[in-house]
Amino acid sequence: MLNLIPLFVAVPMGLAFFTLITSKFSKRTSDVFTFLGVSFLAYLAVRLITAGNLDYMVGGWKWPLGIQLHVDKLTVILLLIINVVAFLATLYALSYMERYTAKPKFYALLLLMIAGMNGVVLAGDLFNLYVFLEIASLASYALVGFGVESEELEASFKYLILGGVASSMILLGIAIVYANTGSLNMADIAQFLSTHGERSSIYFVYALFLMGFGLKSAMVPFHAWLPDAHPSAPAPISAMLSGVLIKALGIYAIARIFFGMFGVNEMLGWIMLLLGTLSMVVGVLLALGQYDIKRQLAYHSISQMGYVMTGLGVGALAGSPEVAALGIAGGLFHAINHATFKTSLFLCAGAIEYSTGTRDMRKLGGLYKRMPFTSTATSVASLSIAGIPPFNGFWSKLMIVIALFQAKLYVYAAITVFVSFVTLLSFIKLQKFCVFGELKPEMKSVKEVPVSMVIALVVLALLCLGLGLGFPFIEGFLLDAASGLKELLVFNI
Amino acid sequence: MIVYYLCLVMFMLGIYCLIAKKNIVRKIIGIVIIEYATNLFLVFIGYKHNGIAPIITPEMQDNIPAFAAQSVDPLPQALVLTSIVIGLGTLCLMVALAIRLNEKYRTFDTTEISSLKG
Repeated sequence: MLNLIPLFVAVPMGLAFFTLITSKFSKRTSDVFTFLGVSFLAYLAVRLITAGNLDYMVGGWKWPLGIQLHVDKLTVILLLIINVVAFLATLYALSYMERYTAKPKFYALLLLMIAGMNGVVLAGDLFNLYVFLEIASLASYALVGFGVESEELEASFKYLILGGVASSMILLGIAIVYANTGSLNMADIAQFLSTHGERSSIYFVYALFLMGFGLKSAMVPFHAWLPDAHPSAPAPISAMLSGVLIKALGIYAIARIFFGMFGVNEMLGWIMLLLGTLSMVVGVLLALGQYDIKRQLAYHSISQMGYVMTGLGVGALAGSPEVAALGIAGGLFHAINHATFKTSLFLCAGAIEYSTGTRDMRKLGGLYKRMPFTSTATSVASLSIAGIPPFNGFWSKLMIVIALFQAKLYVYAAITVFVSFVTLLSFIKLQKFCVFGELKPEMKSVKEVPVSMVIALVVLALLCLGLGLGFPFIEGFLLDAASGLKELLVFNI
Repeated sequence: MIVYYLCLVMFMLGIYCLIAKKNIVRKIIGIVIIEYATNLFLVFIGYKHNGIAPIITPEMQDNIPAFAAQSVDPLPQALVLTSIVIGLGTLCLMVALAIRLNEKYRTFDTTEISSLKG
């Protein structure tokens, strides 16, 4: 297994350029190669579950000199989310992207984005994390503007400007860390900082990283780009951006760097908790007033990322290790669940747009008669995101609320429950306007979407249900991952 | 020490340019200034007064500690090269988007490019 780890980056990156070249000679090759590539990656990610902690040194250089690829339980969770969602999004894109020209270019950018995200998650040193983060970000800027209509270009430019500032801040932070510790390897820096004690310039780095990665994960007040960028992209990319990208580049990086490298303290815990709660509340309140389906879903992404951040914040604040592990495990599980239901919702929104030609809820209605699969998938995912048992969203929200209660943060627990209620309200609106209600006369001729899109939607709906019902089986894995995250990174071969 | 602070001042100037200017091209220039300030900061980290190039010649082979104390740090230079290449990629994409935006809206003014709201 150890020698297969570099394939997570090498396969998509190689395929990105290979498909672009071969598409010159034959039209269908890019479809076939991309699909085979992402299937292989999803298979690799599933196989990695039982592998345990691994460290791969690129080129055989001794630690801490060379480039290190680090795999632990947190990495495995993220790799699973990224590659499974990428597989389903590609399956969906096979039919959906027929409407766009330049399909091979779309696949090339998608594969580059997957390579970048896999690289971020695997990177064991700060500079590689930065480089892969830039690869994934650049691919996503281009994908947001893929439709080259005026709104899409505007959203892409906005995203690019804000993302560019965030990347520069991250690089500046990395430079200051290097100046202080003389190393870029995360485990090495963790060792250095724990033996040499606190340095005041590290606090400046905290601020830079919180701003940089906070912007990538769209925490309020750094969220302004997300509601424009995510709805503007083609549906499979919206699903990838909301379902995976903000987690891999934002939440994962914050968790890895602050928990594993700097080591959390009370101040960081409070900052994470406040950022998380603010995102939760502001995101969901802004979502209530939206009538564009995708825009509403994008605001919910901000709110749900707030849940994950709150879980991490409790993990950093709580005194007892059990409560901390419960909070972090809740946050990680919510990240997994968000990947399933938000991907599903964005793909459903894409399917509705594909069939009816509109994303405005007020023009839709009664779709369950015409599009049974899409409607069922929308309902399942809506119930999941609103936290209705037995779907998966319920368990992760419950874990976070229980951890907040046990850490004696009663006000935050109450806010979390309240936000969950408002989320339910918002999704009842979505259900009422799109799935149920009167079928509009102009919607009489609407048909169900093609088979490959339906398969992706059904698999995601089953995952929502399966993760909810199978929760007792994965709880142990999550708690292990959470208690592993609490400790500083060490090098292990 | 003062050069480090000047780098941060340049970073701030870039952010000011980004916020205060309404023209897309000037915003792009603001981003580029921010990137260059970061790159300059990286180069200064590896700088050493009267330092030598970090290449071991045969006569230095027997006195490695003295060589290490005298030579500049090569790692930040490698990082800066990578980051310049990334900056070039970002710049290309920004300019391409600016051209497309100008085709659609017939202007570079961001106050007029605002179809996305709420």
